[in-house]
Amino acid sequence: MTEEIIIAGFGGQGVLSMGKILAYSGAMQDKEVCWMPSYGPEMRGGTANVSVIISDERISSPIINEFDTAIILNQQSLDKFESAVKPGGLLIYDPNGITREPSRKDINIYKIAATAKAQEMGISKVFNMVVLGGFLKLKPIVAPEFIHKGLEKSLPARHHNLIPQNEEAIEIGKGIVEAVHTL
Amino acid sequence: MAKELKLMKGNEAIARAMIASGCDGYFGYPITPQSEVMETLMAEKPWETTGMVVLQAESEVASINMVYGGAATGKKVATSSSSPGISLMQEGMTYLAGAEIPCVVVNVMRGGPGLGTIQPSQSDYFQSTKGGGHGDYQLYTLAPASVQEMYDFVFDAWDIAFKYRNPVLILSDGAIGQCMEKLYTRDDMPRWTEEERRKNAPWGTWGKPADRNHNIVTSLELDSAKQEIFNHKLQAKYAEMKEKEVRYEMLNCEDADYIMVAYGSSSRIAMKAMQMAREKGIKVGLFRLITLFPFPTKQLAEVAAKVKGILCVEMSAGQMIEDVKLATECKVPVEHFGRFGGIIPTPGEVLKALEEKIVK
Amino acid sequence: MANLDIVKPENLVYQRTKVLTDATMHYCPGCGHGTTHRCVAEVIEELGIQDKTVGVAPVGCSVLAYNYFDVDFQEAAHGRAPALATAVKRLNPELNVFTYQGDGDLAAIGTAETIHAANRGENITMIFVNNGIYGMTGGQMAPTTLVGMRSATTPYGRNVERNGYPLRITELLATLPGTYYVTRQSVHTPAAVRKAKAAIKKAFEFQQQKKGLCFVEIVSNCNSGWKMTPVQANKWMEENMFPNYPIGDIKVDGKIAEGIDVNRLVLDHALEVVNK
Repeated sequence: MTEEIIIAGFGGQGVLSMGKILAYSGAMQDKEVCWMPSYGPEMRGGTANVSVIISDERISSPIINEFDTAIILNQQSLDKFESAVKPGGLLIYDPNGITREPSRKDINIYKIAATAKAQEMGISKVFNMVVLGGFLKLKPIVAPEFIHKGLEKSLPARHHNLIPQNEEAIEIGKGIVEAVHTL
Repeated sequence: MAKELKLMKGNEAIARAMIASGCDGYFGYPITPQSEVMETLMAEKPWETTGMVVLQAESEVASINMVYGGAATGKKVATSSSSPGISLMQEGMTYLAGAEIPCVVVNVMRGGPGLGTIQPSQSDYFQSTKGGGHGDYQLYTLAPASVQEMYDFVFDAWDIAFKYRNPVLILSDGAIGQCMEKLYTRDDMPRWTEEERRKNAPWGTWGKPADRNHNIVTSLELDSAKQEIFNHKLQAKYAEMKEKEVRYEMLNCEDADYIMVAYGSSSRIAMKAMQMAREKGIKVGLFRLITLFPFPTKQLAEVAAKVKGILCVEMSAGQMIEDVKLATECKVPVEHFGRFGGIIPTPGEVLKALEEKIVK
Repeated sequence: MANLDIVKPENLVYQRTKVLTDATMHYCPGCGHGTTHRCVAEVIEELGIQDKTVGVAPVGCSVLAYNYFDVDFQEAAHGRAPALATAVKRLNPELNVFTYQGDGDLAAIGTAETIHAANRGENITMIFVNNGIYGMTGGQMAPTTLVGMRSATTPYGRNVERNGYPLRITELLATLPGTYYVTRQSVHTPAAVRKAKAAIKKAFEFQQQKKGLCFVEIVSNCNSGWKMTPVQANKWMEENMFPNYPIGDIKVDGKIAEGIDVNRLVLDHALEVVNK
């Protein structure tokens, strides 16, 4: 199994930390992982993206141009990465702020209204975990107990009291992800 | 040795390895894509735990000369930078080599020439292995291809640096520096005691006791006859490195009809291309360079004698290929494939080049 | 026989300090480097720190200083001595660390290293020999070459339009909070030598007290580069160098010395020069 993922959105949406928690969880489940952020001026101007590879085998290239899954949190990222999903792959997006819906017919497309849900529930801080929940519902490549360990590893000790809230957010995400187009 | 699993950026691994390997001092200057090295050190505050000194200098020129001053007292001193900053350090590098001062320098390469780009590249091969500064000298050059190797090679670098009294260069790039991978960390080694420093660096300028002559650390010799003798001594040292300290990795080379030669990030892209080629029934192997100097000339020649062609994969316009051609004495076709200026080739592009240039 | 008879310890009034080696100095007769070396070496002996001192030599006439001082020594790349000294001191706080540099090394190619070491307040002592010329390379213009002064690269005299102004780096350093003691001395008369040595001693003592960077400029001659006899050179130095580089303390105990207007010395200097 090798899963190549791009997570892309605005800075401040927790894109990099979502990737890190996913990668750490994979590592705790004894998988090979690689987390590669965009860096430099590319990061200025508000957009942030990170690619995450989780595999049962030694990971070859840390830099990838095609993805099994794209997790998209704003319009710019949708424009940039929709075409980079492998045929038969998965695209998950938050409809908040999206003006042009994804249009490919050769991939599976799901949406998750995580921004709206998080606001409604007053849990905007763990918005990214709602999104992660949606992904894990569709591709349960890491087991919940290892997500727990991943959270422990990637959050500083002073924030460990927030782990239950993060896990709840993941569960909420699993419940609200819905199909738009499936093969 | 107790090992703990962590997820860490390559740059962060370099910083943690410096602390864990008993480094006495780090001097650096911010430059993308390696600034996390100093940022991690500053956040870790090793001066409160191991006693390691960390200082942000006013330039790369000052950084490398602080390395010179500190390392010349027989302590374990390091710096890191990226291509343009490493260019500024070349004066210091040749003085370090000429004065035979052990130290560790990390280059997290980006694309050039000039200010270039901040994206990963491998176009500093010539600068690293052919003497970036003036005079006949060599740096022992390690090329990590993973975050784990970024960490481990810092430990290895100290051993080589002090064994040969020579600067060691860890030549990485923005991809390995910025990506986060699994890392097994080691228990911290304490810094050397005063007795260990004096034993390991009897040549150091740590204050002249009454019972020895004053130690002088210099690269100056106004008598050309003596300079030539000294240069022969340096060359003998480099020859010994070539004999004893070559490192490389071979993957699927036993039955290969063709091989690719690569190092660092591009070796990982080549590895993926190799898997794709094998799925298509093309018997390809990968010869990964771990030391760029000393170059594994003999070992590569042995493999090359059994194959029909070699593809060099490098994020440059073709630098490493010169050493590959020298090693194989042009007995087999050797071709180059590279993307550069901060562009990273895809495994698909490498496979295509392999098919078009080598397999045909 | 009679001569040898008087060579007895009880008759000794002077002997060379043991902190200088037996090596014959390569400096030109009449040059101030030898005397400055001796002052530094005697201070090291008097403070009893020969085994705890590391010197850093520059590129320039004093490039071989390491052969003359019997203490551990490093030879720096051109201008980088303050960077080396910074690391030596930071990694070995128990050592007494000094740089010994000329005007080209310290105030031209090494300006950044000099200013930043001073600004960080490194606990080191810097000895700066200013003779207004590049001696080692054959008498070219230095940052401290006076306006109108001839050199190999200003054969018709230093011209401010072409070459800019003489740099008073010592006054400039005095304005930085990291410097504790900044002084300008000379070594061309016995009285001046005594004062210079006392200043150097203070600069080492303050280092031991961790007060910050101490900086001693020695205004010196270069009779070879100036193309004069030693006696002429000292006279010319008094008449021309001293008005531009006034002798005396500039900063004492971390404060600008009484009667010294650093702003005037630094900022108005160029205007004075132009008006001349």
